[in-house]
Amino acid sequence: MQELFNIFVKSIFIDNMIFAYFLGMCSYLAVSKTVKTSMGLGIAVVFVLAITVPVDYLLNKYVLLPGALSWLGAGFADVDLSFLSFIMFIAVIASLVQLVEMIVEKFTPALYNSLGIFLPLIAVNCAILGASLFMQEREYENVAQATAFGLGSGVGWLLAIVGIAAIREKIQYSNVPAPLRGLGITFIITGLMGIAFMSFMGIKL
Amino acid sequence: MSEEVKQKEPLFSAKNKKLIFNPMNKENPITVQVLGICSALAVTAKLEPAIVMSISVMAVLALANVIISVMRNTIPPRIRIIVQLVVIAALVILVDQVLKAFAYDVSKQLSVFVGLIITNCILMGRLEAFAMGNKPWPSFLDGIGNAAGYGIILVIIAFFRELLGSGTIFNYPVMEKLGLYSIGYKNNGMMILPPMALITVGIIIWVQRSKNKELIEEK
Repeated sequence: MQELFNIFVKSIFIDNMIFAYFLGMCSYLAVSKTVKTSMGLGIAVVFVLAITVPVDYLLNKYVLLPGALSWLGAGFADVDLSFLSFIMFIAVIASLVQLVEMIVEKFTPALYNSLGIFLPLIAVNCAILGASLFMQEREYENVAQATAFGLGSGVGWLLAIVGIAAIREKIQYSNVPAPLRGLGITFIITGLMGIAFMSFMGIKL
Repeated sequence: MSEEVKQKEPLFSAKNKKLIFNPMNKENPITVQVLGICSALAVTAKLEPAIVMSISVMAVLALANVIISVMRNTIPPRIRIIVQLVVIAALVILVDQVLKAFAYDVSKQLSVFVGLIITNCILMGRLEAFAMGNKPWPSFLDGIGNAAGYGIILVIIAFFRELLGSGTIFNYPVMEKLGLYSIGYKNNGMMILPPMALITVGIIIWVQRSKNKELIEEK
């Protein structure tokens, strides 16, 4: 149990998707103009990550890894499908995002309207595929650990986008040098936030 | 890249040239269109992975643009995103396998970021905005141009981060040869860490926009 909690906290603060790996920057920069929409997108990302990472974990363990198909029979013991992992992961992600989109449209039309184009774009959000690939690379032991990692990464991303949105709302009233306005200053603020987040690195979990 | 292409002049009308050269400055995918930032920052601690990454993106983007452009009239609009993703994913698997076979060390350094070319927004962005509505040849040029614009920024960032952070260029110890260490110069370890990549991009945007006033955002 404690180990799961460690993975969860580690993926939020130390291995933060944005500040340590720059994943999901595109939507992070595009949607972070107001806190409200960024909160909606953040929650959608948490939701999608918490579902896709465990599903991809099972897919990886029982279909793709060398010898993973041995449950089908002895003849499959040395089948190695790991080169297919990119296309399988992205297919799972794209279909799950479609599912989430339909659920959100049905139950919370207000959120659906405010997210607009960005919900389908979650499918090509690097953070989602990135989390699945990191999960594969780090070889988590069981599906619970993978879920904790997915959930933690999502929460870390949510934290980052809501933080930057709050800062951007305030910085509109500041006198930023004209060429830095908008995109430039957002990059620099994100860099500074990243430096702040690095102070968590010393924590041993 | 542009050298080699220039020789086949007749194919290059003024319009086609624009397709290649605009993305390098005014329509740069990273600093102006804000596409494909994710991978741009993570692979730029050293020059070598940055260049390998740019070449991989160029190969995937140019080919994907051509393939989608050839199929553009037969793809049903409703499922076009899935079709695009499948084409990209297939090309990325090829690139990944080639890298693993011929440049194993670099492919280890790039780790998950080769796979993340699939979700690189430049790809989807260009396929959706350009290849779906244009003929194969201009699409190919558009792919090359955008990937080059992406590559230029990557190389600039990687150059400064490697030079200031590790004191080397392509692992050649420049700072040591210049004898700067003996007079008390120290590498700035901060440049290797992730946050400085963001700040470097911020500075590049600053410089670019001070030169091109029309890119400055409205308040």
